Amino acid sequence: MKWETVIGLEVHAQLNTRSKIFSGASTAFGAPPNTHASAVDIALPGTLPVLNRAAVEKAIRFGLSVGSRVNSRSIFARKNYFYPDLPKGYQISQYETPVVQGGSVTIVVGDAEKTVRLTRAHLEEDAGKSLHEDFHGETGIDLNRAGTPLLEIVSEPDMRSAAEAVAYAKALHGLVRWIDICDGNMQEGSFRCDANVSVRPAGSDKLGTRCEIKNLNSFRFLERAIDFEVRRQIELIEDGGSVLQETRLYDPDRDETRPMRSKEDAHDYRYFPDPDLLPLEVSEPWLAEIQADLPELPQTKRERFVSVYGLRAYDAVVLTTSPEISAYFETAADGAPGPVAKLCANWITGTLSARLNEEGIDIIDSRVGPRQLRGLVERIADGTISNKIARDVFDAIWSGEAQGEQAADAIIRARGLTQISDSGALEKIVDEVIAANAQQVEDYRGGKEKAVNSLVGQVMKATRGKANPQQVNEILRRKVIARG
Amino acid sequence: MHDATLKTLSDALAARKLSSVEATELFLGRIRTLNGRYNCFITVDEDRSLAQAKEADAARAAGRAEPLTGIPIAQKDIFCAKGWLTTCASKMLSNFVSPYDAHVVERFNRAGAVIIGKTNMDEFAMGSSNETSWYGPVRNPWDTDRVPGGSSGGSAAALAARLVPAATGTDTGGSIRQPCALTGTCGLKPTYGLVSRYGMIAFASSLDQGGPMARTAEDLALMLNTMVGFDLRDSTSLDRPVEDYMSDLQQSVRGLRIGLPREFFAEGLQPDVAKVVEAAVAQYKALGCKITEVALPNMGLSVPVYYVLAPAEASSNLARFDGVRYGYRTPQYRDLNEMYEKTRAEGFGAEVKRRILIGTYVLSHGYYDAYYIRAQKVRRLIAEDFARAFEKCDVIMGPTSPTTAFKLGEKAADPLQMYLSDIYTIAVNLAGLPGMSIPCGFDTQGLPVGLQIIGNYFREAQMLNVAHQYQLATDWHSRVPPHI
Repeated sequence: MKWETVIGLEVHAQLNTRSKIFSGASTAFGAPPNTHASAVDIALPGTLPVLNRAAVEKAIRFGLSVGSRVNSRSIFARKNYFYPDLPKGYQISQYETPVVQGGSVTIVVGDAEKTVRLTRAHLEEDAGKSLHEDFHGETGIDLNRAGTPLLEIVSEPDMRSAAEAVAYAKALHGLVRWIDICDGNMQEGSFRCDANVSVRPAGSDKLGTRCEIKNLNSFRFLERAIDFEVRRQIELIEDGGSVLQETRLYDPDRDETRPMRSKEDAHDYRYFPDPDLLPLEVSEPWLAEIQADLPELPQTKRERFVSVYGLRAYDAVVLTTSPEISAYFETAADGAPGPVAKLCANWITGTLSARLNEEGIDIIDSRVGPRQLRGLVERIADGTISNKIARDVFDAIWSGEAQGEQAADAIIRARGLTQISDSGALEKIVDEVIAANAQQVEDYRGGKEKAVNSLVGQVMKATRGKANPQQVNEILRRKVIARG
Repeated sequence: MHDATLKTLSDALAARKLSSVEATELFLGRIRTLNGRYNCFITVDEDRSLAQAKEADAARAAGRAEPLTGIPIAQKDIFCAKGWLTTCASKMLSNFVSPYDAHVVERFNRAGAVIIGKTNMDEFAMGSSNETSWYGPVRNPWDTDRVPGGSSGGSAAALAARLVPAATGTDTGGSIRQPCALTGTCGLKPTYGLVSRYGMIAFASSLDQGGPMARTAEDLALMLNTMVGFDLRDSTSLDRPVEDYMSDLQQSVRGLRIGLPREFFAEGLQPDVAKVVEAAVAQYKALGCKITEVALPNMGLSVPVYYVLAPAEASSNLARFDGVRYGYRTPQYRDLNEMYEKTRAEGFGAEVKRRILIGTYVLSHGYYDAYYIRAQKVRRLIAEDFARAFEKCDVIMGPTSPTTAFKLGEKAADPLQMYLSDIYTIAVNLAGLPGMSIPCGFDTQGLPVGLQIIGNYFREAQMLNVAHQYQLATDWHSRVPPHI
């Protein structure tokens, strides 16, 4: 039987506010345990939460970026359960009425575009951490993280493969950084995914029983966990069993998912509106203010890159994966649509990206700046240098051989790399090559097309690469035929 | 001097006829000799109080004195006070020394008042007799075999026994008014949101409100001037223009429309209490007030509604008492669950456990709509009843409590009987309205009877005026219990 995979994701994005969602304590990562825990975070008797408006603004920024409805009135609720790192004995979250509802994210898998619908995004506070090591059988509690603002982004079950799930997670990851609401640091847990996975016979419109997989803190784990889980579920059903609704944990060391708790053990969280907090009201002027402050979104930028600069859709996607790369491109291609822009795009997604990867540096720290790249690309476009020579010039700028916006020209001049486009000089060299390679000339005349390549190579060698290969080719053919 | 009102003491201090140290020593001395009889205080710290008194005298000498500077005031042990044991009368917090001041405490400190001690109360303010305190019951100075009411029974009894000139209380369903009625003292529960709840250990957040307790309306006004004020740390605190609650005291009440709800004079009301309250109303008539009958048709539902909503909130509010970070922890446990279970089983008293269980039940999956949601709807109906009544009158009057002080142990075994003790006060909390109780006579056994005055939202100044004019015409408020 053919099976269809159905995936929905819940993403917890830590909002990059300076202070916590309900207290004034700092959200900075990595401080000594419990030094960023205020009376409110420790849940001392008598303390009360006060909502951080910056966290709300970030949630709204997200909602506006994905075409959601931002509710003019939303409610904070208490999710009640006992755990040592949950100081109040309840988590303040949003339940029935979240701040953001609906919306969608466009993903590109291969060449196909797809829309993933969002169910909701709601604000909540993070818990602390239980530390089991170094306490000789006891457990330590660090409440620095308690009260850190989270935006939980819930998708509809619209994804049909691990690849789509990863593309969606990456698109969200790019977006939250793009609109500056989350630093996206997955190692520090700033961006965490849970995946709801089920399978069903292809063509069926009834959803299968789903499992929720937790602890997916990298895109690779997300992909592997889903792949494993899909195989597990299909095998289970094909062997006559049935999938149990449960929460499973992904173990990256064994590359498998394991049951954590079943539906039967599920908590009754006894949600109810938090009487310590007023309903969250979002006024029209506030919404407009936040809207006005939003940067151009990746989707809009992508469309503009295609229509204004004439880029290919794929290049436009790559160039809008982060605000930094798109800013680099726009600076490089500024005011130059057409061939120069396309060359810029090719160089950024090709040579530059490869080099940045190799050396492990971010594009903002690139040792070839966008205006330097533009200077280089223009010399390719006007035929001064070939692509091959351009790579040498790129390396030279990278290693600091010349500075400033005119670095490419300086290097071309200093190294004498200008392409020989004076046809007189070129013809002279071609004549010499023809005279010295009678055999190849004969072969070519005899119909061996390949022989011309060897002759072109000889000319390029003689000019140390500075000849325009196309021009050389033309001259050669003309002269050999003329001689015949 | 121990019989002096707060106002008299304030004037004496201002006239330098008395120092704060002298006043503080006077009341500390009375507490030393008489507290054993009434058990009004959980904590007395003479050194700490005297240090504050010295500071107050120094401030006065430096010309920085306010009306409350140097006045000894007892704090209900529900208010966190920095450096003071703050127990909420529970074993659970029997070792909790607060590292911070409640907003109310902060304001009294800033006004130069002296904390004379922390008063006994029902455990976590759950009770109407002060019998649920882990520190033992408080006894009523009018008859030590009888309860002082609750939950602010320690503050009320201390006032009646002239151990303090003023005290704070909190009122969730009548916890200021009912003990005032049962001890012949005065207390006011302000409009919800007027007094910050920050640092006031939460019982039921949407109902809890701190307020002043004293022996005259004028003293209440003086205290209210200090207690009321916007606090950013409480999201339900109201940001309103500052009012002087003393300003309207002297106005005539001629023409004032007094509404009498027939539901307040129905079955269950002790006949001699009814008679005394009717006499008080007649007194108002003699002062030129107009008496009119009003209806509160949903009043009868207030007790059942309250005993859904208050326990629901309490079950969540008290979840933080888990033995993890502060307070009581069971000495022996094998694992986390046992630590939770034994800590909470040993740390909470029977009434607190009963309410946590009720609250957990009504919030549970499948019961939430039938109990919590329904109770919220009825709560709105009750508030609407009051709104309609206030179209016909300026203040509402009636008995504060259906009976006078009952015997210790009389209702302890029957929670329903106990809960009915607050039948006239609870609706006021549900509606968020201000309510007060002043002494208006005695029953046939010589036990004090309280007159309840309910005002419209933010009409505290008017209510205090109404009470003050009555106290100018009568002397019930200055009657002293026998043996005092």
